Amino acid sequence: MARAIPLTSLRRSLPKPVARRRTGWIFIIPSLVMIVLFALPLLALILRAAGSDFLISIAAPSALQALRVSLVTSTLSLCVTLLCGTPLAYLLARSQFPLKPWLETLIDLPIVLPPSVAGIALLMAFGRNGMVGPSLSLLGIHLPFTTAAVVMAQTFVSGPLYIRAARIGFTDVDVQLEEAATVEGANAWQLFREVMIPLAGTALLNGAILCWARALGEFGATILFAGNLEGVTQTMPLAVYIGLERDLAIALALSVMLVAVSILLLTSARRLERRED
Amino acid sequence: MAACTLAATPAPTAVPPTQAPPTQVPTPASTASPEARTLNVFAAASLTGAFGEIAKAFEAANLGVTVTNNFAGSQALRTQIEQGAPADVFASADHKNMDTMVTENLVQDGKYQDFANNKLVVILPPKNPANIQTLQDLAKPGMKLILEDASVPAGNYSRQILANMSKDSTYGSDFSDKVLKNVVSNETDVKQVVSKVDLGEGDAGIVYVTDAQAAPDLKSIEIPDNFNVIAKYPLAVVAKSSNSELAAAFVQYVLSPEGQAVLQKWGFAPAK
Repeated sequence: MARAIPLTSLRRSLPKPVARRRTGWIFIIPSLVMIVLFALPLLALILRAAGSDFLISIAAPSALQALRVSLVTSTLSLCVTLLCGTPLAYLLARSQFPLKPWLETLIDLPIVLPPSVAGIALLMAFGRNGMVGPSLSLLGIHLPFTTAAVVMAQTFVSGPLYIRAARIGFTDVDVQLEEAATVEGANAWQLFREVMIPLAGTALLNGAILCWARALGEFGATILFAGNLEGVTQTMPLAVYIGLERDLAIALALSVMLVAVSILLLTSARRLERRED
Repeated sequence: MAACTLAATPAPTAVPPTQAPPTQVPTPASTASPEARTLNVFAAASLTGAFGEIAKAFEAANLGVTVTNNFAGSQALRTQIEQGAPADVFASADHKNMDTMVTENLVQDGKYQDFANNKLVVILPPKNPANIQTLQDLAKPGMKLILEDASVPAGNYSRQILANMSKDSTYGSDFSDKVLKNVVSNETDVKQVVSKVDLGEGDAGIVYVTDAQAAPDLKSIEIPDNFNVIAKYPLAVVAKSSNSELAAAFVQYVLSPEGQAVLQKWGFAPAK
């Protein structure tokens, strides 16, 4: 399976730009098609939103509630991923065990799986009549239609992005440094905390940013598994979807906000990479 | 899903007006013209079963015609048509969405016709986990009610029914508030509510009687007529239809005894 190459290493491996005269229209025109496809809809979105009362729409109670639900759930989902995904990524980077390639495939699967499939799968597992749902309800835990369900859907879909990045970060740490630390008498936890985490720090942070951005944008799994209730499970992408049919101005305002946050996250990830160079 | 449809939809202006059927074919509904044509019918999600059957019958009666049904919440369909989706016929579950389209000049000649009536019912999962026996039980704290979003016709009707019941002293003026506190999700169309109640994720839902009839393993509680809302379903040819004669023939078919018989088989009442 092809391993994700971080943007940084990709950029490093590229030769210096070739002389300008060799890039003709044959390259520029197809490139423009792509660029227009990416840029035009975003531009149209921003212009249309600016035309309506952006500030009034963004301050509407339903918009603010969606913003709050989104911030709370995506942050919680990131915390879960950091706490449980970091050790998993470390194991994958440093240990050999049977069925490891299968585990790696399992972890990469949610990245390519349609989120609607993720949503149905979560419902079949944790729904009231799902595989473990009835046992959970004996413990008094009901997951569907709760904020916890939103966090689960987001973690399912976004966690793999972080685990992937962290695994590569840990793999890139020089094994000799680890050996040196072990000779100095570091135990497994000290090695992890004082050598691995700082050295893989940029990769971890980068992965965390991508993971958070993906969690913030989660839609399909959420609407299927967590439903749509203002202030409880209605995140910004759900509010955008409902808003298109209900109040376009709110949908536009929230969309622009999501675009802005995504740009912010991507530029900070980029800046991190450059710092590492 | 709606977003995909919108993105993939060519602007209606891209259809050259010269594509109108040639005049030597006077009756598009005639079985003598085997010319291949496609009719895009945008119909409320609650019409899924009935219009699926009507489409097949209409195809059988009109050789060469393919009917493509697009089922979703009426509000979603209206949005899609507003954004230029290539619809020929629009069948809404309420007058509100149809009237909006009329004011936007999206309905041919601004005319539409009611073709069926529907009303609502409370559905329960087969095992009835919350032990809902009467309509009063919907106000039991902690029961999980699944409704449609208020922008969906059925969601709007459900809220009207709850408001009607609150005016009756048997239920009390806070009945609607209590019931709405139990809502765990506002779904985007009525079929989503049926599925989630069927899966047992909700303790109850409010849907059309036709949906309850199409899902026979669900239990249901009738809503008395004095509280219930009669949902009137209007049907129209879309103004920008590139196939308006065929669309008009489809509308006539729905209103014909054959079309009406199919609708009644699926639980709809005749209009008026």
